[in-house]
Amino acid sequence: MIGLDGVAKAFGPNRVLQGVDLDIDSGTSMVIIGGSGTGKSVLLKCILGLVTPDAGRIMLDGQDVSRADRDAFLARFGMLFQGAALFDSLPVWQNVAFRLLQGRNRLSKSDARDRAIAKLRRVGLTPDVADRFPAELSGGMQKRVGLARAIAAEPEIIFFDEPTTGLDPIMAGVINDLIREIVTEMGATAMTITHDMSSVRAIADRVAMLHNGRIQWTGPVGAMDDSGDPYLTQFIHGRADGPIEAVR
Amino acid sequence: MTLLSPLGALGGAVLAALGAVGRATLFALDALGHILRPPFYGREFALALLQIGWLSLPVVGLTAVFTGGALALQIYAGGARFNAEAVVPQIVAIGMVRELGPVLVGLMIAARVTSSIAAEIATMKVTEQIDALVTLSTHPMKYLVAPRVLAALLVVPGLVAVGDVIGIAGGYAVATLSLGFTPAVYLRNTVDFLEMWDVLSSLIKGCAFGGIAALMGCYFGMMSGRGAQGVGRATKGSVEAAAVLILAANFLLTGVFFSL
Ligand SMILES: Nc1ncnc2c1ncn2[C@@H]1O[C@H](COP(=O)(O)OP(=O)(O)OP(=O)(O)O)[C@@H](O)[C@H]1O
Ligand SMILES: [Mg+2]
Repeated sequence: MIGLDGVAKAFGPNRVLQGVDLDIDSGTSMVIIGGSGTGKSVLLKCILGLVTPDAGRIMLDGQDVSRADRDAFLARFGMLFQGAALFDSLPVWQNVAFRLLQGRNRLSKSDARDRAIAKLRRVGLTPDVADRFPAELSGGMQKRVGLARAIAAEPEIIFFDEPTTGLDPIMAGVINDLIREIVTEMGATAMTITHDMSSVRAIADRVAMLHNGRIQWTGPVGAMDDSGDPYLTQFIHGRADGPIEAVR
Repeated sequence: MTLLSPLGALGGAVLAALGAVGRATLFALDALGHILRPPFYGREFALALLQIGWLSLPVVGLTAVFTGGALALQIYAGGARFNAEAVVPQIVAIGMVRELGPVLVGLMIAARVTSSIAAEIATMKVTEQIDALVTLSTHPMKYLVAPRVLAALLVVPGLVAVGDVIGIAGGYAVATLSLGFTPAVYLRNTVDFLEMWDVLSSLIKGCAFGGIAALMGCYFGMMSGRGAQGVGRATKGSVEAAAVLILAANFLLTGVFFSL
């Protein structure tokens, strides 16, 4: 469904992506892992067109996304940003219902609010946060509001940038289950970035590891433990010694 | 080589400045295009009207009343040097309406509105809220820029009109309370002297300055660099650019109006 072919992106001298090839099938859950600063967030932004790649092609359903109709393209996506990126001028429920309140098929205010509150429940937030402003919430709560916003319009393809960082273990479990449910029950395609190996095992159908601007390893989650790839093995066991240099 | 390097630096600076002017111009044209094409965001527009118009009234009124008062004192003292103290009402009126009203309101809007627009949009950029808008199928130019620019174009002429009136009132108060002018005569002289075109040119200037102020705030905000420093630079740059452009536009417009 999503196909990346030689995607490259540099910021000045900093060559972040150096030719990423990756395929994500419809209705599957792909998890991207990799060291901090390897360009995982940049990769998601390239697919969404928020960052323009220097080279390479990104295909969605066999069509080059740079030539697609932007509105129709974006209408299929939901995105949770790493920093939540909530609109701080709007109360929580209007953040969650933002897309439902725009466009031709917009819902009435009260319907949109009901939908927002239902989505907030799914991420473990009570209705009383609906009328608060994002600045009044804790980091983990903001993250979950961002998650509710990403799934509010029930998009086909959802990107989650570190959905469980900043959450307690129980809440992280709830969110992992939610992402899994969205893929299996709603048939959505998910691409998740995470550093949490238990999340990887809970969410992923397939895993891809980004290292040095390229996909170092990709395969089904079950094959991760005996991949024989020294980089992946070091990463999943969190060892300081191995081919990936840990600067001290 | 070393002899030429200052020239090279100068050339580089000129090219950079021209590039910035070009980008800002394209931005302005883009913004105007988005004002004219749907979708329109009524709530954002209403909030911008409130922010730029209504909430600016106190600062505009205070600036104008003190300036009008000082103007009356100066003209009285200056006029006294050649026995022309009687022209105070006329010169206060023309000075406020044609020149000081629009310029002072423009500069106050640059200080109050341009800075807040730039800081707000730059913060949204830095915290990825602009990216989030895009992923929610909302065009930032339409949602953030168009409502603010349109509101400024419409409401700043109104502020200028208010500033003109309050400035004249300030002059009137000083002239009647301490310079010995008769209220009725002062008012009649003011009203008889001002022409339709004086008022019209004041409002046209207000419209132009409002547009400049809002556009600069939006432009610098959208072009902001990363981090808190990026927000700071965007805010500072937007106010500088808006103030200088308003004064330059004032000069140009005044020249154009006199040549008509
Ligand atoms: N807009 C930008 N301008 C300049 N450099 C950028 C920009 N966005 C990202 N970078 C750089 O690209 C690199 C990758 O950033 P990215 O945010 O994708 O990392 P990441 O893999 O998501 O890391 P983390 O796991 O810590 O979130 C970093 O070195 C960062 O400094
Ligand atoms: Mg990241």
